Amino acid sequence: MPVTTIDGRQVHVNEEGFLTEPAEWDEALGKTLAAQIGIELTDEHWKAIRFLREDFAAQGETPTLRRVTVAGGIPTKQLFQLFPQKPAKKMAYIAGLPKPHGCV
Amino acid sequence: MRRLVVLGGGTAGTMIVNKLRKRLPREQWEITVVDRDDNHLYQPGYLFLPFGTYTAGQVVRKRHTLIPDGVDLVLAEVDRVEADKNTVHLQDGRTLGYDYLVIATGTSPRPDQTPGMLGEQWRRSVFDFYSFEGAQALAGALRSFDHGRLVVHITEMPIKCPVAPLEFTFLADAFLRERGIRDRVELVYVTPLSGAFTQPIASAQLGSMLEERKILVEPDFMIESVDNDKKAIVSFDERVVPFDLLVTIPLNMGADFVARSGLGDELNYVPVDKHTLLSKKHDNVFAVGDASDIPASKAGSVAHFAVDVFVGNFLEHVSGRPMTGSFDGHANCFVESGNGKGLLIDFNYDTQPLPGKFPVPALGPMSLLKETRANHLGKLAFRWIYWNVLLPGRPLPLPVHMSMAGKVTTPATTAPHTDKE
Repeated sequence: MPVTTIDGRQVHVNEEGFLTEPAEWDEALGKTLAAQIGIELTDEHWKAIRFLREDFAAQGETPTLRRVTVAGGIPTKQLFQLFPQKPAKKMAYIAGLPKPHGCV
Repeated sequence: MRRLVVLGGGTAGTMIVNKLRKRLPREQWEITVVDRDDNHLYQPGYLFLPFGTYTAGQVVRKRHTLIPDGVDLVLAEVDRVEADKNTVHLQDGRTLGYDYLVIATGTSPRPDQTPGMLGEQWRRSVFDFYSFEGAQALAGALRSFDHGRLVVHITEMPIKCPVAPLEFTFLADAFLRERGIRDRVELVYVTPLSGAFTQPIASAQLGSMLEERKILVEPDFMIESVDNDKKAIVSFDERVVPFDLLVTIPLNMGADFVARSGLGDELNYVPVDKHTLLSKKHDNVFAVGDASDIPASKAGSVAHFAVDVFVGNFLEHVSGRPMTGSFDGHANCFVESGNGKGLLIDFNYDTQPLPGKFPVPALGPMSLLKETRANHLGKLAFRWIYWNVLLPGRPLPLPVHMSMAGKVTTPATTAPHTDKE
């Protein structure tokens, strides 16, 4: 996997720029990743990002949009407002996690 | 006497009891299978009902005729499983104790989960074809449809048979052309995914097939509601797609008793180890077929390959030995593309569908990810194979684990996971 430098730190990413080592992430990095896709993180954004991190730590996989709504308690409508067009993908990108599993 | 209870006598459940009855001595094991009714439906046939290619009678058989001697078939709704007490409660008040439980109750379309879907337009201009009744009702609507916007729509992934919406769209295009009215119809494909399909190479191939047929694609569309007055679907980010005829694939969910039993995730799928299919919570509970949460296609072919691995594992597990079988998520699906042609895709957890050839003993190689007549005939032949070979648990000469033989790989084609949005 390629290594890239963000905020003066070296991190491992895949070909789409998603972090491949969740442990290399911290909230400062999350802020930078969000800025890269044009999102300024508010408290509401952080609520979703922190849920993703906690759920990933507990379950071992990135939660789906439905899970963020059902288990994380954030309405889907709001997720689309916070992370326009592709909330599942954008949240995972900012949280330094793999894209949610493909439903094949 | 040890007791195995299988919930669900569909594709996976029927194969399991047929295979295990041969392997578990009758004097030591009682096997019971529970289903709500006595009709076994050949679900892949639903695709052909709207176009009149199949009749209703060709896709249904009596369930009890498919269950072997020595297996009790109980017709009842499951109320809940009390896993800590190894007991299944049925809605008619009966209880079934078990030593081992297999949950094989599949997944079902749930139009009730989207606001407005069951509104006044339901079965008037809003149809599904993932149910026996829906597929038959749609046949009538399609016959009288002669102009306007035909919208094919997927609510949310995962759905069973994820290629079926594309197949329906291709067949609808061919059907309209044959009737000489294709130019009077705007055909639109609305999906929550970012492209035609979940996996990159197949998505590109299938996407260009949509383009060739002048089918418009509306990607990244998460439905919020159906507006019955305006006859339109509305997304969470407030896009509006009007329709004259909507063919929707409603949200798919596992059985409600799974939720009542505390055994499911947000969509009522049972979390299992994706290689052994053993429940993550209970050491004597398995989930096989669409009912589990494995990250594979919800499809009969996956159930078939998974059952082969499960049977070996089950026999080892009940005799106290470690399970040595490891399911790889193998799927093998024919994709109808219209005009008597089809594609074939073959893939697993780690390898996406690739082009090339798929070796089939006796019949010779089939083309992968390419439209051919042979693939279409393969799809039609499969109905006979399903009733006569697959369900009775007879061996089918296909590898359980996906093989790379014949597949053409190019750099970066083995990206394991796919986009879910």
